Amino acid sequence: MSKYYQEEIECMEHSKLEELQLERLRDVAVRCYENIPLYKQRFDEAGVDPYHIESLEDIKKFPFTVKQDMRDAYPFGLFAVPRSECVRVHASSGTTGQATVVGYTKDDLQVWGDCFARGIYMLGGGEDSVVQVSYGYGLFTGGLGAHFGAEAAGAMVVPMSTGNTKRQIQIMKDFGVTILCATPSYALLIADTIAEMGMSMDEFKLTGVILGAEPCSEATRDEIRRKLGVQYCDVYGLSEIMGPGVAMECSEANGLHLCEDQFLAEIVNPDTFEPVPDGEFGELVITTLTRQCTPLIRYRTRDLTRFIPGECACGRTHKKIDRIVGRTDDMLIIRGVNVFPSQIEQVVNSFDEITPHYQIVLTTKGTLDQIELRVETAPDFPFDEIRALEDLRKRLAAALKSNLQIAVKIKFCEPKTIERSEGKSKRVIDLREVKQQN
Amino acid sequence: MIEQLTVFIQNEKGRLSGLCRTLADANINMHDLFIADTSDFGVVRVFCDTPQAAAKVLDEAGFRASVTKVLAVRVPNEPGGLAHLLETIESMGANIEYGYCFSRGEATAIDVLKVVDDTVEGKLSEAGFDVVSAEEVYKLD
Repeated sequence: MSKYYQEEIECMEHSKLEELQLERLRDVAVRCYENIPLYKQRFDEAGVDPYHIESLEDIKKFPFTVKQDMRDAYPFGLFAVPRSECVRVHASSGTTGQATVVGYTKDDLQVWGDCFARGIYMLGGGEDSVVQVSYGYGLFTGGLGAHFGAEAAGAMVVPMSTGNTKRQIQIMKDFGVTILCATPSYALLIADTIAEMGMSMDEFKLTGVILGAEPCSEATRDEIRRKLGVQYCDVYGLSEIMGPGVAMECSEANGLHLCEDQFLAEIVNPDTFEPVPDGEFGELVITTLTRQCTPLIRYRTRDLTRFIPGECACGRTHKKIDRIVGRTDDMLIIRGVNVFPSQIEQVVNSFDEITPHYQIVLTTKGTLDQIELRVETAPDFPFDEIRALEDLRKRLAAALKSNLQIAVKIKFCEPKTIERSEGKSKRVIDLREVKQQN
Repeated sequence: MIEQLTVFIQNEKGRLSGLCRTLADANINMHDLFIADTSDFGVVRVFCDTPQAAAKVLDEAGFRASVTKVLAVRVPNEPGGLAHLLETIESMGANIEYGYCFSRGEATAIDVLKVVDDTVEGKLSEAGFDVVSAEEVYKLD
């Protein structure tokens, strides 16, 4: 069995890949212009001619698309094909505003399956794999995206969805599951529950995990690798662009190969929107090259990452992006200071005396914002001596102060009082009277 | 040295009663209980029967519990009883992390001390102090 799912595409010489991208960019720009009124208006306003794209560099002349554009077009205003050609829709939760809806034609679903299947192969999987999908099924793209991707790879799929962790573990063992797809926090909960149930990983056939849909620090990744003892494949995707499978991490464990035959990616400074040099962090901007139902030009993902320069030893030629280090809209403004939860996480993870689980609680005291960090001490921490706890508190507060430039109150919590969710972790609880948003 | 059960609890309603109920349901008897509290958490120190089993029961119930070795010395229940003990330990150059006292009956009191230096117990015995053994305080594991 090949180690690649689509070797001719995944290992294509990069200059050839760019030719393919240019051809597809010309096609998608025209499709958007001719079929979606918003794009016709935007391109005309910006004075760009979709019929005269000379090189990939020309993408920079095109206007950005943002999440609000998708909200405004709710539900089907950005469809580029007649409704009859759309065979499925997905939507974001809409918890922070109007939901965003994306549609898929038969070909769109085929492409999505292929993109995700590449990741199954990156884990050494294929038709012999048993893939347990523990993402939620429904309008959220996670469950069905992983499901059809695993089927495309020829694997046997166990469609578990989320919840009932003990049953998940029993099935995982009884069915000989080799690959688990879940959010990182849920994978961690599964690992901890396996230990609590007194089981050992030797009783499982698991060889790899495909984890995504929420931010995950390097330390948490290490913890999951250590507890499950398997290869970790980070999967990136967002429903607006497709769903999970836009980029996936190969066995080199140093970045995610972005499906460049399907997506044209740029990384820009989130304030100036100018491109940043390769290797520097910025906001990921994606143009879908082949999507038929809801193609997007220069969609601002709000995800912060960077291109990882250099060739990959796995043989794949598609550019790699780093794991997502944060979101431009995760940024908290606390007493006028910009704070990313990922900065706090970095500090938390640098202390062995506390577990990687944490929660940030924002409140208002008088007119000032207060930030409290809730942490749990590690099981072997000598909490018998209050002096040891107070000393830890001081060192943690000092590290946070020097990293964030603001004072953070530390609260030690009892084990497992900090929520480990079965979906996206609730890391930030904002109870402020006036919430500042960027 | 005797074994003290130590439990970390958040300074919140219901946590202490939850701890006591958990031990009660496991049929573990407590003899003495002391709380060192701060504004957001407390450290509860307990003398109970079968401290190792107690820690396990609490751990399974989601508490952060451990067993700590502490020194217990019986001193006369009269002025200067504790002072004499502390001065002796001081003269040995050992540092005391924390301590507390309780009396059982009229004649004597028991002073419990967490001392960093493990050799202090032997030295106090040699110096004529009445060092309390575990079985005098609780049922062993």
